Amino acid sequence: MTDTTTTAPQAQKRKLNFHLLGPLFALIALIILGACLNSNFLSYGNVTNVLARSAFIGIIAVGMTFVITSGGIDLSVGSMAAFIAGVMILSMNSLIPIMGVGVPVIIMGMLIAAISGFAAGWLNGFLIAKVRIEAFIVTLGTMGIYRSLVTWLADGGTLSLSFDLRGIYRPVYYDGIFGISWPIIVFAAVAIIGEITMRHTRFGRHCSAIGANQQVAVYSAIKVNRVRIATYALLGVLVGLATIMYVPRLGSASGSTGVLWELEAIAAVIIGGTALKGGTGRVWGTVIGVLILSLIDNILNLASIVSPYLNGTIQGVIVILAVVLQREKKTAD
Amino acid sequence: MTTPVLEIQNVSRSFGPVQVLHEIDFALHAGQVHALIGENGAGKSTTMKILAGYLQPSAGQVLLGGTPVQFASSQAAEDAGVIMIHQEFNLAQQLSVAENIFLGREIKRGLLLDHAAMHDQSRALLERLNCPIDPRAKISEISVPNRQMVEIAKALGRNARVLIMDEPTAVLTSRETDILLEQIDRLREQGTAILYTSHKLDEIAHIADYVTVLRDGHQVFADHAKGLSEDQMAETMVGRELSNLFPPLQTPQDETVLSVENLSVTGWVEDISFTLHKGEVLGIAGLVGSGRTEMMEGVVGLRHATGQVAINNKPLKSNSVLAARQAGMVYLTEDRKEKGLLLQKNLRENLTLLALDQLSGLFINKADEERALDTAIADFDIRAGDREMNAGNLSGGNQQKLLLAKTMLAEPDIVIIDEPTRGIDIGTKQQIYEFINQLAASGKSVIVISSEMSEVIGLSNRVIVMASGRVAGELTGDDINEGTIVRLAMGMTQNKATAA
Repeated sequence: MTDTTTTAPQAQKRKLNFHLLGPLFALIALIILGACLNSNFLSYGNVTNVLARSAFIGIIAVGMTFVITSGGIDLSVGSMAAFIAGVMILSMNSLIPIMGVGVPVIIMGMLIAAISGFAAGWLNGFLIAKVRIEAFIVTLGTMGIYRSLVTWLADGGTLSLSFDLRGIYRPVYYDGIFGISWPIIVFAAVAIIGEITMRHTRFGRHCSAIGANQQVAVYSAIKVNRVRIATYALLGVLVGLATIMYVPRLGSASGSTGVLWELEAIAAVIIGGTALKGGTGRVWGTVIGVLILSLIDNILNLASIVSPYLNGTIQGVIVILAVVLQREKKTAD
Repeated sequence: MTTPVLEIQNVSRSFGPVQVLHEIDFALHAGQVHALIGENGAGKSTTMKILAGYLQPSAGQVLLGGTPVQFASSQAAEDAGVIMIHQEFNLAQQLSVAENIFLGREIKRGLLLDHAAMHDQSRALLERLNCPIDPRAKISEISVPNRQMVEIAKALGRNARVLIMDEPTAVLTSRETDILLEQIDRLREQGTAILYTSHKLDEIAHIADYVTVLRDGHQVFADHAKGLSEDQMAETMVGRELSNLFPPLQTPQDETVLSVENLSVTGWVEDISFTLHKGEVLGIAGLVGSGRTEMMEGVVGLRHATGQVAINNKPLKSNSVLAARQAGMVYLTEDRKEKGLLLQKNLRENLTLLALDQLSGLFINKADEERALDTAIADFDIRAGDREMNAGNLSGGNQQKLLLAKTMLAEPDIVIIDEPTRGIDIGTKQQIYEFINQLAASGKSVIVISSEMSEVIGLSNRVIVMASGRVAGELTGDDINEGTIVRLAMGMTQNKATAA
């Protein structure tokens, strides 16, 4: 090919992209609004509280970003979290006679949570990618299954962690370093690693390629099934991690643990600019989405202008608005 | 002679600066089958689309029953009784046969649908075609030829006076084809005017009353079909000399780089064996549907296949695209929009998708990616207004160059290119031919699958012709000519084909 009129590498013009930065502006606007409405809003106590409570959904939502980016969906994460919490508490309680009360039991519990999360997520992925059942159906099914299993394990009531262990486990939620609590640190670490994985690794690139067009991915020698299963397994592990951070907060699990977490996680991903049909994923956007959702809740509780009972309404409006605002103009054919 | 039902007079058509039809002129009569034949890209589809109201002529006119008409849309043409049946059917898979036949013009009784009436009328229409399908069956449950019958019944239900059939037998087996031809015969007797296209010349000889041949947008032949042999048709279709579009052939080396033995892909190809030499360009010719693409997808592991594939005498792990790519063999798809490129992604991400492992350790090296894009843009002359633009916004030719660049970034030794120049202008074609030639010159081996006869002939050291999922013949040297390839592709034996 002899023609020499090649396209010169153009200077990287970075136009301010409102589609891209919209969620960030929304978050800043919310923070300003919050600060104006209540002087306590920006206090150390409130900020820590909001962030720590965002951590569970946040950790899960980062995993959900990978699943949605590669064209999938997982409705089972809330139930999965409850189930893992139940299994974790039961096994830690039953390990006390063998291992005694101490840190090793907690570590065992954490391992069990991570492994159950991996197994539960892998199962979702296997059914979706290999058995070829639609993701919505599979995870709707496992959502019911995990929810009922934890209710059954708890015999309709509550599973409580042995009181002796609670004292040892408690710091995992309530303590931290440099005044930052552990859930926040873990959430931040997961978010940073997630962002790097999405943008700078083959796995992230393969996820978005599969979500954009699975056929092209197959023809580009990508192991599509393996990648898809991996996204669900990764999400499962992160649900396990979120549960590890969550159990010390209340020290119990029941049939109502983690209810609607899946919807909050999916909403956060969508608000953050990840396309529900897959193909583009933004982990940083998801983090902003999580923060927007918790700030709305927080502001409604602090300021008494609108009833906190309308929290769901406002969140719903935000999700719908986010999608409308981020809808890209159709490319000219 | 009676007034034709539908007539096309001196019709020309241009797309932008490219004129694809030059003064086409023929007439369709009631109770006659008119065959329109020509090579791919000769202008058959455009002609049919103009007749059926999908396109407007740039010059000339269409006459309906002797009076000039301008169909504003395919809907307007259908209302006038001119109905086109597409190769990909326009049927709703999950609806019943009767619901499809009456789609858009349902019979109602009051506010509700009159299912009984629609079933009865559907049954009557299908009986007219001598086709006993249950009107309640879902489309997804019935066979492909029966779907064709439903399309025809649907057209008859709309009082079709002219039926335009775009390669109706391309997807049918020979037995199914016979049934269809019988039905067409019946329609002819009932007075329908039929425009029929097919690449299978035996069908044309069997069914057509009148034949019009198009070549490069020109009408080169129009006469009664009586007495016209298949050979004469083939000659009229292809009778074009090859220009200097193609660079001189390279001489391949003796070393065998790829050997395929007894390869079968269920439902497509059976018992295929061939070899490929270093520095060779091997052409694969054959009709659409003869299993060319499916065979190659089986060879590279994209389709489940049985048989042995060996690269440099080492057996290749079967059914793994990744294994094939690691062994140095890549396949470049014919379907660049659906299987080749991520249209919503930028050039860089498209370029490196196949070769990403070469550009990344734990992390992807973006600087290397950018450098690869610079090189690709220069080497393949990809003309993109903006490096950050999406692949979907490139022109077809530039998309094809990007796809080539993507494939070559994986540094393959064996490149299988399916339809290298489909839908591409002549200038870019020449660039791609030059590029394929250079590949062979540098010791790579290339397989070119193409429906364009001239391309296979101009590029290949050796040609394999496929017919109905089998190798119909293998040609070298002077035997590589259009006549022989057409005869083999139409199912003649090699001895007969080369002797003729």
